Amino acid sequence: MRNMTYLPGVSTLTLDTSRCNGCRTCTLVCPHAVLKMANGHAVIGNRDDCMECGACALNCPQEALRVTPGVGCAAYVLQTWFKGKEAACCGESGCC
Amino acid sequence: MKNDHKAAMSGERLRLTPGIKDTRPHLPYRAVPGILPEVPREKTDACCGTPSGLMTPPSLTSGDAPYGHCLQGHVPSPVGPVPRLSTRLTARDYWGGLKVRLGLGRDRYAMPAGLYAVGRPGPRSPVLVTANYKLTVDALRTELSTHDAWILALDTNGINVWCAAGKGTFATDELVHRLKASRLDQVVTHRKLVLPQLGASGVAGHRVKQRTGFQVIWGPIRARDLPAFLKNPQKTPPSMRRMSFTLKERITLVPVEISAAFRPAAWSLGMAMLMALLLGMAGPAPFKTVLHTMLLGVTATVVGLLSGAVLTPILLPWIPGRAFALKGAFLGLAAAFISLLAVYPDMTVETSIALTMMTIATSSFLAMNFTGATPFTSPSGVEREMRWAIPAQALVVTIGLIGWLQAVWAG
Ligand code: SF4
Ligand code: SF4
Repeated sequence: MRNMTYLPGVSTLTLDTSRCNGCRTCTLVCPHAVLKMANGHAVIGNRDDCMECGACALNCPQEALRVTPGVGCAAYVLQTWFKGKEAACCGESGCC
Repeated sequence: MKNDHKAAMSGERLRLTPGIKDTRPHLPYRAVPGILPEVPREKTDACCGTPSGLMTPPSLTSGDAPYGHCLQGHVPSPVGPVPRLSTRLTARDYWGGLKVRLGLGRDRYAMPAGLYAVGRPGPRSPVLVTANYKLTVDALRTELSTHDAWILALDTNGINVWCAAGKGTFATDELVHRLKASRLDQVVTHRKLVLPQLGASGVAGHRVKQRTGFQVIWGPIRARDLPAFLKNPQKTPPSMRRMSFTLKERITLVPVEISAAFRPAAWSLGMAMLMALLLGMAGPAPFKTVLHTMLLGVTATVVGLLSGAVLTPILLPWIPGRAFALKGAFLGLAAAFISLLAVYPDMTVETSIALTMMTIATSSFLAMNFTGATPFTSPSGVEREMRWAIPAQALVVTIGLIGWLQAVWAG
């Protein structure tokens, strides 16, 4: 499966270029190659490929990247609707 | 299955009850408590599925434990002998893996967390960090058959790296804790750890460095790329760093999808059948016709289940639409159409439409649930699609059910 773009225009990913020191870590950890290097700092390439895993934001030493991380799992989202964020989990569904 | 397992485990526990002497203190690595692979922690969050009692204390030499046969003696180290992993899988590994993949038995399949060795590692050998999910450890040890390396298995409750990183068990704190507990700083002279790239959503490399002095190096996503990566860590081709979702990977997910869908599906079907039976008995239609129409309802649901939980995962990239609920609905429509022609051609138009709606709703819902198993759906996206899909599915299934119940009643 080559094209792994999901719904367009939903990702919460943001990059504050002014904080970026060009360490490249984000380009190594992103599993969808969303982040690229240009002119010595990171840039967001195809934002719609971002699955909001949070790897880049967690590993950016400059806190230049921000994203609301989570699991893209319908069973989980359903539970957050009905039971609230704390009680929700993937449980026995196919998520994990 | 789970009960069998419980029985087996309680058998093991029997042997370790007080009075009957615990044999573990006599094992050689008991002399170095810090390095002893730790028993998987009893799960604390009750919602995550494992029946309690599954995590009874394992003994590393026990032939009953699911991993005892993976060990091949010990390797000496400055802090004492370290259990050595065999790099060959045995029939038991394949059987255990198959059971897990088919969704039979336990859904957590754990090795004790801690330090292991493959080959004959020394103070300069690489350290590979992984989860204590047995299938992950299996993949790792078989890929490393010609290598000498240390393997540090974090306690992720027997869940794979990707899911554990998302759940916060493959995490910075656990890594720091496990590093100290296994006294890795005395085992190796270098200060580098290779972590699987998919662990990056749980572990902050720079924090690990601050807290322990160990530098995190992000390895490839897949274990099979490790030999190439270890040969040349500086140069990883982009393909090593990209998530894949091949036909094979999607097919292996099908049994899990089915077993996840089975219980809720059987439950709601049972309820619907009960309602239909009562209605049918009260109505004017002869019993045989009632049964026939009821069976059509079962067929429609099963077709929806096959379409949503089997065909959608397999055909995913080729089904039109981006939202999974939409993909499932499309496929459900096609499947309903085919089964209308094949199974219930003599139906009235109203009944056919009702049955089609039941199939579409089932298929759409299950396809939407498949988002949880894919490696590219963002939570924002899933929530976005669910906001319209859930009400739509509820509406469609309600109309379908009413139409079908009406047909059961009228015959
Ligand atoms: S990890 Fe942060 S600082 Fe490093 S390149 Fe990416 S955005 Fe810049
Ligand atoms: S959140 Fe994950 S997928 Fe999105 S850009 Fe960051 S690392 Fe890539």
